[in-house]
Amino acid sequence: MTANATENGAPILQLRGINKSFGPVHVLKQVNFAAYRGQVTALVGDNGAGKSTLIKCVGGIHPFDSGEFLFEGKQVTIHGPRDASALGIEIVYQDLALCDNLDVVQNMFLGREQRTSIVLDEDSMESQAAKTLKSLSVRTLKSTRQLVASLSGGQRQTVAIAKAVLWNSKLVILDEPTAALGVAQTEQVLALVRRLADQGLAVVLISHNLVDVFEVSDRIAALYLGQLAAEVKTKDVRQNQVVELITTGRTEGVESELPTSVDEGVTA
Amino acid sequence: MSAPVVDVPESPAELTRSPSLGEYFRSYLDRVRGGDIGSLPAVLGLIVLVIVFSILRPVFFSAGNFANLLTQGAPITVIAMGLVFVLLLGEIDLSAGFASGVCAAVLATVLTDWGWSWPLAVLAALATGLAIGTAIGTLVARVGIPSFVVTLAAFLAFQGTVLLIIGEGGNVPIRDSVILAIENKNLPPLWGWVLWAVSIGAFAAIVLTRSQRRRAKGLSAEPLAVAAVKVAGLAVITGIGVYFLNLERSRNALVISLKGVPWVVPIILVLLVVLTFVLMRTAYGRHLYAVGGNAEAARRAGIAVPNIRTSVFMIGSTMAAIGGIIAASRANSVDPNAGGSNTLLYAVGAAVIGGTSLFGGKGKVRDAILGGAVIAVIDNGMGLLGYGSGIKFIITGLVLLIAASVDALARKRAQATGRG
Repeated sequence: MTANATENGAPILQLRGINKSFGPVHVLKQVNFAAYRGQVTALVGDNGAGKSTLIKCVGGIHPFDSGEFLFEGKQVTIHGPRDASALGIEIVYQDLALCDNLDVVQNMFLGREQRTSIVLDEDSMESQAAKTLKSLSVRTLKSTRQLVASLSGGQRQTVAIAKAVLWNSKLVILDEPTAALGVAQTEQVLALVRRLADQGLAVVLISHNLVDVFEVSDRIAALYLGQLAAEVKTKDVRQNQVVELITTGRTEGVESELPTSVDEGVTA
Repeated sequence: MSAPVVDVPESPAELTRSPSLGEYFRSYLDRVRGGDIGSLPAVLGLIVLVIVFSILRPVFFSAGNFANLLTQGAPITVIAMGLVFVLLLGEIDLSAGFASGVCAAVLATVLTDWGWSWPLAVLAALATGLAIGTAIGTLVARVGIPSFVVTLAAFLAFQGTVLLIIGEGGNVPIRDSVILAIENKNLPPLWGWVLWAVSIGAFAAIVLTRSQRRRAKGLSAEPLAVAAVKVAGLAVITGIGVYFLNLERSRNALVISLKGVPWVVPIILVLLVVLTFVLMRTAYGRHLYAVGGNAEAARRAGIAVPNIRTSVFMIGSTMAAIGGIIAASRANSVDPNAGGSNTLLYAVGAAVIGGTSLFGGKGKVRDAILGGAVIAVIDNGMGLLGYGSGIKFIITGLVLLIAASVDALARKRAQATGRG
């Protein structure tokens, strides 16, 4: 932790000893997790390891059973998605949640439309959307007034990410952003993910694709059966070590930077 | 987000650049080819039908018949305008026809039997429509019964309600001059032109200033030429309409003069403007499209989906009430079959023929007017050709089927071209 503090400052998001059960199923066991400004933290783990549950808890969809949730160093409680957005946490889910029958601007401002009295202020929404897309160096879109129905998978992902950063968000969580994309589009989206972090946002990337993870992430947190198996710097590990962490929960020669669930005496 | 970015796009205004005339047409053609056809089939169908009927029966294209068309089509058009809102969410309201009947029966009863003044009677009819819509909407959105079932039940129940209010074999006449004027009296010819000039002027001002303002802010705007053609086209078409309606259409003008725009036209115009404003320019309208397009995305964006769902049935039934008032004015009375027989299917048909999708998320208020015109033309033209109700129903049914197929095929095509 001291090493982190000197290198990156305090983490913007810090979870300590998180537990979550659905009925008799103990999904998250004493999980510690941290995300840092300007860094991409990859969250990896096999199906059922608890990745989705963890981010849904951060996003306010499920409450934690126990554990500490610190955001920007302060203890916070999140009761719903609105609380999370108010803090500056935005989640881009795998299904993107875009409306095909609306255009790019309309989707980016959905539910938070700007208006002057009761009339929608289309001009200011369009300018802001264009500004955000430009700041992300989005080159793949033709026009802000294109219908989402006419966009490719990569373009849709771009719109969903732009929608998430439009609100001065501080932490953006991306759930499998490249899962359904081809090679070229994957590269575009990964470049965009990198740019988000380079602009000072904290990014959490959930991915099954370790090539993507190694290409874009600064840190890797591996979950194994609901426990944190390790939290390491990407440059300190090799891909086969991460595979081992995902499949067995342990590997030789990896020193976790956060206390893992195993350290705290919880066993599967 | 303000941190310096290395590769800023060459032209900063690329994303919001206004298309040139050529690009505008190319992108329109692309949209049509991609399955986003909007009202195109209705417009083409209308033109073909008018030409065919005018050739077969020259009287079809007379001033008198034109006025007939408008007053015949008015009630179902207004009901269809409300149904557009319901269809936008992918729901259906099968009770709209008899809801209009119930509201008309309420109107006639309080006007004629209870002696209320017309504004109170209209309010009573509208309140009845609103109450019906609230009940249906609540059952669909809160209880979670499919709208098909709720409104099918309401369809039957309202049929009975009209019977109970009016009485079997009964008939409540309407004698109030204001209500009767809606479908039976006309604006003085000069007023017709004033209405035309004011409407076109306002439309031109809105379209042109918006285009200028967006251009000034560096946002994408439709080419000025397109805006000008739209305004001019509308001015010419409606101008011809007003001219025709202002011709003398009485067989014996010395006894009774009959000319001018029917009063129902400005009423529909106001409804069109208000409802279009609600759909296109307010957050509520935006949320309506969002729920129709992807209810889950709308829910996650913090939109209260059940409220939206309830509200469309409230709008639908209130518009049905207005349609019922207009129908009562046309018939000069309300009988137990008010809002029955083909009213509902014509209204749903009008919305769908006009280009509103049965799958939700796609449609405009003006679709109801275009589709209503198609249905009125078929109904009227077939009548002039001497066909009975049997053939008329079959043809209208076929047209509705064609419109629904066009809708379904366009949707399939949109999915195939990656637009769905």
